Amino acid sequence: MAASRPTPEGHPARGEHGYETPRDAPPPPVVALRDVWKSYGAVAALRGAHIELHAGEAHALVGENGAGKSTLIKVLAGVRKPDRGVLELDGVRTEFKGPQDARAAGVAVIHQEPALFPDLSVAENVFAGRQPRGRFGRIDERAMRERAHALLARLGVPLDPRRPARGLSIADQQIVEIAKAVSLETRALVMDEPTAALSGPEVDRLFSVVNALRAESTAVLFVSHRFAEVTALCQRVTVLRDGAHVSTGPLAETSVDRLVAQMVGREPDALFVRRREQRPPGDVVLEVEGLSRAGAFRDVGFHVRAGEIVALAGLVGAGRSEVARAVFGVDRRDAGRVTVAGRTLPGGRPRAAMAAGLALVPEDRRQQGLVLAASVQRNATLPRARQLSRFGFLVGGAERRAAREWAGRLRTRYGDLDDPVGTLSGGNQQKVVLAKWLATAPRVLIVDEPTRGIDIGTKAEVHRLLARLAADGVAILLISSELPEVLGMADRVLVMREGRLVADLPREAADEESVIRAATGQEAPA
Amino acid sequence: MSTEAPTRATRAPLREALRLPRRLAGWDAAVVVLTVLTLVVASGTVEEFGTTRNATFLILDLAPVLLLALPMTLIVVSGEIDLSVASTVGLTSALMGELWANGLPLETIIPLAVLAGAVLGAFNGLLVTVLGLPSLAVTIGTLALYRGLAYVLLGDTAVADFAREYTRWTIGSLGDSWVPNVVPPILLLVTVFALVLHATPVGRSLFAMGANDTAAAFAGIPVERTKFWLYVVAGAVAGLVGAYWTLRYSTARADNAEGLELTVVAAVLLGGVSIYGGRGTLLGVVAGVVLLTSLQNALRLAKVSADALTVVTGTLLILSVLLPNVTAALRARLARRAAPAAPPPREPAHPAPAPRGPAPEPTRRDGTP
Repeated sequence: MAASRPTPEGHPARGEHGYETPRDAPPPPVVALRDVWKSYGAVAALRGAHIELHAGEAHALVGENGAGKSTLIKVLAGVRKPDRGVLELDGVRTEFKGPQDARAAGVAVIHQEPALFPDLSVAENVFAGRQPRGRFGRIDERAMRERAHALLARLGVPLDPRRPARGLSIADQQIVEIAKAVSLETRALVMDEPTAALSGPEVDRLFSVVNALRAESTAVLFVSHRFAEVTALCQRVTVLRDGAHVSTGPLAETSVDRLVAQMVGREPDALFVRRREQRPPGDVVLEVEGLSRAGAFRDVGFHVRAGEIVALAGLVGAGRSEVARAVFGVDRRDAGRVTVAGRTLPGGRPRAAMAAGLALVPEDRRQQGLVLAASVQRNATLPRARQLSRFGFLVGGAERRAAREWAGRLRTRYGDLDDPVGTLSGGNQQKVVLAKWLATAPRVLIVDEPTRGIDIGTKAEVHRLLARLAADGVAILLISSELPEVLGMADRVLVMREGRLVADLPREAADEESVIRAATGQEAPA
Repeated sequence: MSTEAPTRATRAPLREALRLPRRLAGWDAAVVVLTVLTLVVASGTVEEFGTTRNATFLILDLAPVLLLALPMTLIVVSGEIDLSVASTVGLTSALMGELWANGLPLETIIPLAVLAGAVLGAFNGLLVTVLGLPSLAVTIGTLALYRGLAYVLLGDTAVADFAREYTRWTIGSLGDSWVPNVVPPILLLVTVFALVLHATPVGRSLFAMGANDTAAAFAGIPVERTKFWLYVVAGAVAGLVGAYWTLRYSTARADNAEGLELTVVAAVLLGGVSIYGGRGTLLGVVAGVVLLTSLQNALRLAKVSADALTVVTGTLLILSVLLPNVTAALRARLARRAAPAAPPPREPAHPAPAPRGPAPEPTRRDGTP
């Protein structure tokens, strides 16, 4: 960097673009993007986006999927060059030629799923590529450990720097990434949906780390779909819609409803469907007894009736997804019985479960739910290829018709049925997964985090869909980490803690407090 | 077809009609063109290449490669590999010699050879699926193991006095023509494998597990079991090739078909099957086999030494792995310049057609009715 960094006092706050800068904070923003445009071919991802990150301030960036948040982050990280617009560091116009420029300028990005070296220790991960050197260029293991230890202590997280990264929870992996960022003298920390896979206490810990950094005058950009977290952590919020800047302002002066309205450009019909008319549930369709799998869960038993939505709540890592996988048969079970409509399922045989009318929409859409490289059509018809074949052969466009019908029913947006499903947006990918399973006409549907990482519009559609399926008599087991979703959708709430089922709350007894208490193991006050 | 007509008509009918050619217009189409070109050029420049006599020999030489390439294609598409096929040919050939020397009739020996191949394949399959070992390591191991067993059986000796009517039929031709007797059964097998790969649920599941075996398992596909049976089939076909090889040259030797796995894998990759799994067509593989073997045949006729031929095979193998990666990288770079790949999740331009009815109601962008 040839240009010397000016003293913050030397530059008065700029206001020529017509949006407010805080009057009582004269130093210019650490990083600012002004009127940034970016197109990918014919698709405009950013159309005049603004953002200012101030020292010591947590700034929220919200918007539906496809609003341009990812592109904005890529511009900040130096991964993408904007077509037009200004990037400023401390009020000085500059340009990032690549990610290394952004890093050198003190901009660090924490991704939703950190990429650590699993076989290296925590300390080695923090200092990967720039380990402290001892004599003869040897890596000074001890200095590295001590510095990593000091960093983690500064973040207030008791992680052993010597332990390998393999086996760390996603939350701990993020902490390691943050420690890495801090060791790099980061002045602006960009976090792309960091809480998507975290449980409540993990989120709290992350936030206290972020607040500690903020106190050291780091600027923070926080991207999230969860408004409760945005409100808890951030001071200011910027709304993006269709790549354009909609508003920026203090969070205290706005409301969730208003933000949502700005994001979608219309009044929100309802954030979560509160299911209204409920008929008495029918017969028990899914019955699970004494289900155990070593190291994952023990002695889990519950049932779901036709037309009932039963939520399975709990912290991440409580064993909810593992139960779902064992019920479906993707994972083996060590003990227990699973019965679907009176038929006992053999363990470890998903095909038998499917034949009995069970379907599982798995938690990880990209790894478990879809073959990203395969076409929309192939994905949508994969579990049903046998039923669609005639005399064992798939001929005459049967798959095509089936795929088109279900993609249409769920209003999936795609270019062509032959396009790889990986080219679709997250919400539409999720619809393909749902279509794939709904087409099997299941009697029991297990959905694991069905709305994770998808935009509000699609989310509401998924909720309506689940409600409709239940009304049609499908038994639904809903695994979700979002309490409002659980409380809004479920007839009953099961809660798991550390591999055990600890509560079965009827709708009337289930509220945020009771579920959190059960999930964390705190006793309710008498 | 007829019930779909209205909906189709509303959506780019021309593109729908051209769907198959569009899918073909890739690597495998290029290989088909290159194969035809090679045949034409070789006929024009290499003396003797274009004769019917040579065509007969070419087909007889090509047969084992093509046969082994059929199950190999399925295995590579499913994300695995089997390098032991040529050693399985050698071992079943040695076994045939041993059994023949002990006085068993060929009517019994040939089915036994196929069965023995299946058992050898099942051993590969067990190691890969039940023990979860990487197929590359497992089949390099059995490549050595099976060849070694062949030497244990026959040593350096050869068994050569097989029944005349069998050896004659194997190298003989249909009637008075130049078309070898083995052509109809081979065509049948090619058709069967092509149908299985491209038109059955099993074929679909092979592509799925090759691209992402986790997602395949979550879709209810028995990934391990399917892979096990693939190895059994590959072994059985190798047993059949063992029988063919023995009768074609009328000798059972431990070193029969030594090193043939290289040609087979090269032909499969040359035919456009991705070494990473999940992609490929059987048509491309057939073209790859024809291209590679006729190139070898032409060069041999042009008096190029056998050692130099291995250079050609090796080079083609590397090129067929390299070129798709290079072109993909180039395409990605070009795309980034013009319209960068993987834009942020954006809605594609066309909404999905309404599920039913000839005149689909346009879906609104916000997804509300």
